[in-house]
Order: sequence, then C-alpha cells, then structure tokens
Amino acid sequence: MRTRSVFIILFVLFGLAVWLGISYGSVSIPFRELLSENNRQILYLRLSRVIMALIAGCGLSVSGIILQALLKNPLADPYLLGTSSGAGLGAVMALLLGLSGFFLPFFAWLGAILSVILVLYLSRENTTFSSQSLILSGVIVSIALSSVLVLILSLSPNETLHGILWWLWGNLQILDLRLLVFVSFFVLCGTLLTFFFSQDLNAISLGEEEAIHLGISIESVKIILIATASLMTASLVCICGVIGFVGLMVPHMMRRVTGANHNLLLPATCLASGVFMIVCDTLSRTIYPPIEIPIGVITSMLGTPVFFWLFKKKRDGI
Amino acid sequence: MKLFTIHNLNGGYGKEAVIRDFSIQINQGDFIGIIGPNGSGKTTLLRLLTRVLRPHSGKLFFEDKDLTHLSLKEFCRKVAFVSQDIPIHFPISVFEMVLMGRTPHLKRLQKHSHKDYRIAEESLSKTDALHLRNNKIDELSAGERQRVMIAKALAQTPVLLFLDEPTSHLDIGHQIQIMNLIQKLNRHNGVTVVLVLHDLNLAGEYCSRLILMNEGNIFREGTVEEVLTYQNIEEVYKTIVVVKENPISQKPYVILVSGEK
Repeated sequence: MRTRSVFIILFVLFGLAVWLGISYGSVSIPFRELLSENNRQILYLRLSRVIMALIAGCGLSVSGIILQALLKNPLADPYLLGTSSGAGLGAVMALLLGLSGFFLPFFAWLGAILSVILVLYLSRENTTFSSQSLILSGVIVSIALSSVLVLILSLSPNETLHGILWWLWGNLQILDLRLLVFVSFFVLCGTLLTFFFSQDLNAISLGEEEAIHLGISIESVKIILIATASLMTASLVCICGVIGFVGLMVPHMMRRVTGANHNLLLPATCLASGVFMIVCDTLSRTIYPPIEIPIGVITSMLGTPVFFWLFKKKRDGI
Repeated sequence: MKLFTIHNLNGGYGKEAVIRDFSIQINQGDFIGIIGPNGSGKTTLLRLLTRVLRPHSGKLFFEDKDLTHLSLKEFCRKVAFVSQDIPIHFPISVFEMVLMGRTPHLKRLQKHSHKDYRIAEESLSKTDALHLRNNKIDELSAGERQRVMIAKALAQTPVLLFLDEPTSHLDIGHQIQIMNLIQKLNRHNGVTVVLVLHDLNLAGEYCSRLILMNEGNIFREGTVEEVLTYQNIEEVYKTIVVVKENPISQKPYVILVSGEK
C-alpha cells in the first residue's frame, strides 16, 4: 500500500518535471504554441534535454547504488573508480592533439574506461577485489590523473583547453543526437541488467560471505556489476561531464522511503533522479539566460543542504 | 546415511594451506561439535565446507554428488550457515531478513510467493521469534538476534546446518536457550548440525560427536567421552584441566585450573 503510493507520487512528480522541462527555457513560449510547426525545433531540443537528464539521472544513481552495495560504503559515488578525472584527461588529450567533434567524447570515454581498468588492476588481490583497496585505488588514481590534467592546463597557452574545466562541471547540451542514442543505450542496458541482479544486491548488502551462503556467486556478480557501473558512468561523463551528488544523494533519500530492498529501490531511484535532474537542468537554463549554469553546480548547490538536513534529522532520531 | 563426505581436503587463504589433509564423514542426523584452540582452523574449515573458500585440493561429496558438479545455488538450498555476527548498517525488519533465506530458492526477478512467506513464518515460529517479525534487526537483543539469524537459515529449508559459535555473545541463560533450540531442530526436524564451539562443556553436553582440531587437522575425533579427556585437552590447549562427570547428564565436564594458588 505504502509502496504503491510512493510510486504514484513519483510518477506524478515525474510527469510534472517533464512538463516543466519542456515548457521552460531561455526563451518563454506558451505551451500550446510550442506544439505548433514553427517551434518544432525548440520542442525537440527541450525534449532531447529532458531525455538526457533522465538518462543521466538513472545512470548515475544506479551506478551509485551498485557501488554503495558492493563496497558496503554509503558514501560511494559513481565517480569513485576514477572515471571523472580519466575522462577529463582523455578530453584534454583530444584537444591537445587538435581533435574535436566526435573524437572529444570518444577520447573522454576511453580515458574513463582506462582509468577504471587501472583502478581495478591496482586493487586486485588474487582473483578478487576488496572494497577497501578499491576505494583507496580509486582515490589515488583520481588524484594522480587530476594532477596531470591540471599540469597540462597550466602549461598550455591554448585557451580552448580551459573550456574543459567548465565542461567538467557538467552540462546536458546535446551536440549530436547520435551521442544521446549511444549513451541511452548503455544506460538502459545497464539499468535493466542491474535490476536483473536486485536479489543479488540485496544479499550482498548483508555482506559478501552472507551472500555466498545464500547461493550468490559473488565473484562473477561483482565483476559484472562493477563493469556495468563503470560503463554507464564512463559513457555519461564523456557526454555530460561530471554531475556531482546525484548518484550519492538520490539513492540515499530513496532508501529512506522504500527501504533497502533493491527491487523497489532501483525503480524508485531511477524515477526520483530523473525528476531531480530534469528540474536542475531546467533551472540551469532559466536562472540566468542566455548563460547556462553548469548542471553540476545546481545539483551540488541544491543537493548539499537537503543532504545536511537529512543527516541532521537522522541524528536527531526522527 | 552419508550426507557430506570430505576426502583429503586442503585449503586456506591465498596459497597458504590452513587445513591440511582433512577427512571426515558427516552422516544424516549427526550433531557434530568442532572444538580446538584459536588458530586451529575451525572457522577456515567451515568456510571451506560452505564454499566460501575454494579448496586447493580434495574431494567433497554432498549426497553422493561431487561438489564441483553442484552449483552454489543448489547447494545453498540444502545447506545453510549461521555466522557469528553480521553487522547490519541499514534498517531491515526481522521478517524481511528471514525472507532473505528464501533467496537460493528463487529464480531471478521472481517475487516471493505465499509459500515463501509461509516458510519464513514457520521458521520464525520454530525459533520462537514470530512475535518479533515487525521489529527492526538493530532493535533486538543479542539472543533475539541469534534466533532470527537461525530462522533465516531455516528458511533455506536446509538438511545440513552449519553454525559458527552460535552462543559466543550470550549469557548462560541464552546460551542454553539457543543450544536447546538447535537440539530441537536436530531431533525433531531432522536437521543435521555441525557447529564450532569454544565452550567445551556446552559441546560435551549437546553434541553426539566431537572433532578436536589442532594445527589445521583432526587431533581426535569420536564420542564426547573419547575426545574430552584431560590428556587430549592439555596437549592441544597447553593448559592444565581436570575432567569430571556432570552429575545430571553423566557427560564429561572440564574444569579449568589456575596457575597460582
């Protein structure tokens, strides 16, 4: 009963968010006129951003859920495995080589994937990965790659490189629809696959040995899910940059609503993060037009107070 | 009847073997206690037998089937494990926890059926914990928590139940309560029990067979009277003890002797 009302509320909010995302933008057009032939372009543009926001929200929060469950660390976020700095470095490399257009996201994607592989390689113990060494290697690789990134930026006279810093704060502008299709494919497959593993995630949240006693082949599940989270985050980061806090905050908030059962947590989190991202993106477009505020700034600015409030409520035992 | 046969088992962490050349046969209806000093390999042995660790070598047969041909999921429908203590960092109700025991019986994406709910309820009532079903796990006392964890294992409908020091955090009243419960499951529900115990007297009181481990191998195996002798215990534990007879149960009773008078 409670579950059903939670999902009804989430669906209503989702509908409202989509309507909001389509109706508002840097130019204000009444909703009815938006549907007319002349404004088709604007409608498509806004629709593609709404879809991008939904996809980014889903991908980031599902990756967050995977890592939080596998690493048994509630503070794990999707960029923990080095994807953000790897992607940044990859993008800078592409610009340094004078490549642009399609190569930029491709290099960013490659950088993200390579940094995950490096993290996994460093944290490997025999055939398994312990959560502590994964977290530690993730932090080390991120710091190392970021320092190389900043070094290149500070030495380079090339002004276009500095745009990278802005790009790293995230934006949902779609330069090429094919990229949207590409990232949607990864995120949809990854989300469905993760949903397929929700029983395993439930068992794993009791601990790895407990999961084995419940018949979960932990090693293969771990590899599949880490690969899924990495691929989703990498494909997102190379197109929308780094969007902080969504992957951390939305799963946290939803866990308080639906409980720790991943069967419910996963779909609820996908809806809620979609709503959150669409609202944040609409804000980023409309607060100060025609300038777009990077969406990562909005998510973090909105997210931090909410997060603190939740923590305080929890501490006060409510 | 043979349930679980272990031949020349070698295994441990990484390449180092903790358990060496271990062989034993677990028969249906057994109530086996594994005792031994710290570091003698008791917990490692349980990890190998419940497939948490992969053996380096050795042959394991469960119900006459080679364990390498039996999937982990199929194995966990028949064999359950109650660990010493698992830290739970998130709110989960007792009933949800016990339902987790149904996991090996579910297909992917399959929802819990009425049968699963019924089995979880029955497991809770077998462990006298049905009244706790709506409580949160982290609100329970140590004794209640242990009963819930045993109920979770029972929800797997096991024929063989492993327990790692089920009484370690409990006072004597709750120790006896848990041990009586395990004995009831063994006698009336036909569950074969293998448990690691630190308390030699609890082991002597309840078990039908004892395995005394030392340095990764069996030091002595047999009935309580054969294993709990002062010679065996003094040699393995390197301490002086007196073994008397419990006046009620006539089982051997181990008394510790302090160093100074």
